[in-house]
Amino acid sequence: MTTILRVREVTKQYGNLTAVDRASFEIEEGEIVSLLGPNGAGKTTIIQMLLTLVSPTSGDIQIFGKTLKDHREELLSMMNFTAPYSLLPYNLTVKEALTVFSLLYGVQHYRERVSLLIYEFDLGQLADKKVGQLSSGEQMRIGIAKAFVNSPRFLLLDEPTASLDPIIARVLRAKILKLVRKAGGAILWTSHNMREIEQVSDRIIFLSRGQIVADDSPENLKNSFGQEDLEEIFISIGKEPVNRPS
Amino acid sequence: MNFLHVFGIFYRNVILIRRSVPKLFALFGFITVELFLWGFITLWVQTIGPSDAKLDFILLILSAFIFWSMFELSQRSFSVSFLEEVWSRNVINIFASPVKLGELVLGFVLVGVVQTLLAFFYITPIAFLLYALNIWNMGLYIIPFFMNVLIFGWVLGMVAIGLVVRFGPSADILAFFIPFLLLPFSAVYYPVSVFPSLLQKITFILPTRHMFEGMRIAITEGVIPLDSLVWATILNLIYVFLGFLFLHWMLRLARTRGYLSRLVQD
Repeated sequence: MTTILRVREVTKQYGNLTAVDRASFEIEEGEIVSLLGPNGAGKTTIIQMLLTLVSPTSGDIQIFGKTLKDHREELLSMMNFTAPYSLLPYNLTVKEALTVFSLLYGVQHYRERVSLLIYEFDLGQLADKKVGQLSSGEQMRIGIAKAFVNSPRFLLLDEPTASLDPIIARVLRAKILKLVRKAGGAILWTSHNMREIEQVSDRIIFLSRGQIVADDSPENLKNSFGQEDLEEIFISIGKEPVNRPS
Repeated sequence: MNFLHVFGIFYRNVILIRRSVPKLFALFGFITVELFLWGFITLWVQTIGPSDAKLDFILLILSAFIFWSMFELSQRSFSVSFLEEVWSRNVINIFASPVKLGELVLGFVLVGVVQTLLAFFYITPIAFLLYALNIWNMGLYIIPFFMNVLIFGWVLGMVAIGLVVRFGPSADILAFFIPFLLLPFSAVYYPVSVFPSLLQKITFILPTRHMFEGMRIAITEGVIPLDSLVWATILNLIYVFLGFLFLHWMLRLARTRGYLSRLVQD
């Protein structure tokens, strides 16, 4: 099995504040790994480091066996993401926005790709509407469709279903999993929806105050924490940070 | 260099401009209104000036106005192409995409070239019809002069973007203000000789000074001042390099200090 992501001893400091503290983890091909933790735990900083929006203070990030710092453009062309803080341009139509992002990700047959995405994500009725005219849930759907413009092998999903109703969220979850598994890829997923996390994750990484405090399958985590559901684990970690495993 | 990336940046801006009435007005409207303003001032001044200086005066002032407008437009279209991404909170998507900084800059350059050429080929016939100003009298000298105007606009565009990246979206006002800071020192509407001697030396580092001084010599004396053209070009090439380095440095700083995510939060 191929290692898609390898994060080694990555630290991010802003002055005296340590946002991420010596984080190390790996994601293998086909794995769906969730990053959980209370607000300010360092989840978004990790995702932003993987997207090269933030540079690590120390440590090393490798994707597909190549150092992210040295192969930025090549690696980003094989990845994609969606996040609620990063909207698509409100003044473009859905079709235009997907076309622009297909070009920015270097998709050769971008017209065909956009048509396929509009079909796959059932966006036909929204295609000619401006992004800014859509509801937040519809914008989230477009954001997820945008994350597939380049058929990524590594997908970063930061609260991808936050604004979606449960029916659409379920449909999209299934579609995301199908498309990523078909591409032989992997996903790093964050969400505050514990049920969703439990459903989709092969592994869960818990963060607290920038440190990884647990990294295991949902079942093993419940057993080791002696809790019946992930929410209780989340709350206990949020209240009282667990000592970093040696 | 991936030209699909460059085309993506260009295409995104073309869509915005072609269907936005305010953007079309910013492209064609302002310059038309300003042409009327400067044209009327010129017509009035020529009635009170010596009769043998009439033609030169129209040529001097209106040519200077048109080329200064092209310079401003080049800078503004470059900067606004980036600011559009900030205003629409799309900037994170751009910086998290595989687009290289050079491709981003080239995309903005193309947007600037197209907008400036459109405005130039729109305003010069109007200036000819209204004020009998034939800017093409400058001959082939117009091409390197126009190129230098465009290039220094891009340089200031890179500086403006770098400042927005460093100081956040509230610094966007700088994108519209920077050319104005250079206007008094660029000898656009008067010769360099009116400056105090110290200022004449200081302003030597401004390509705009050499461009507009050279243009004035070409119009009044009918000779191409090669030294002005060469200095403007050399300075521009140096500033393009420095402007790109500045933008690169600001982006690196933003990645280190986490300023990029602030661009969608302010």
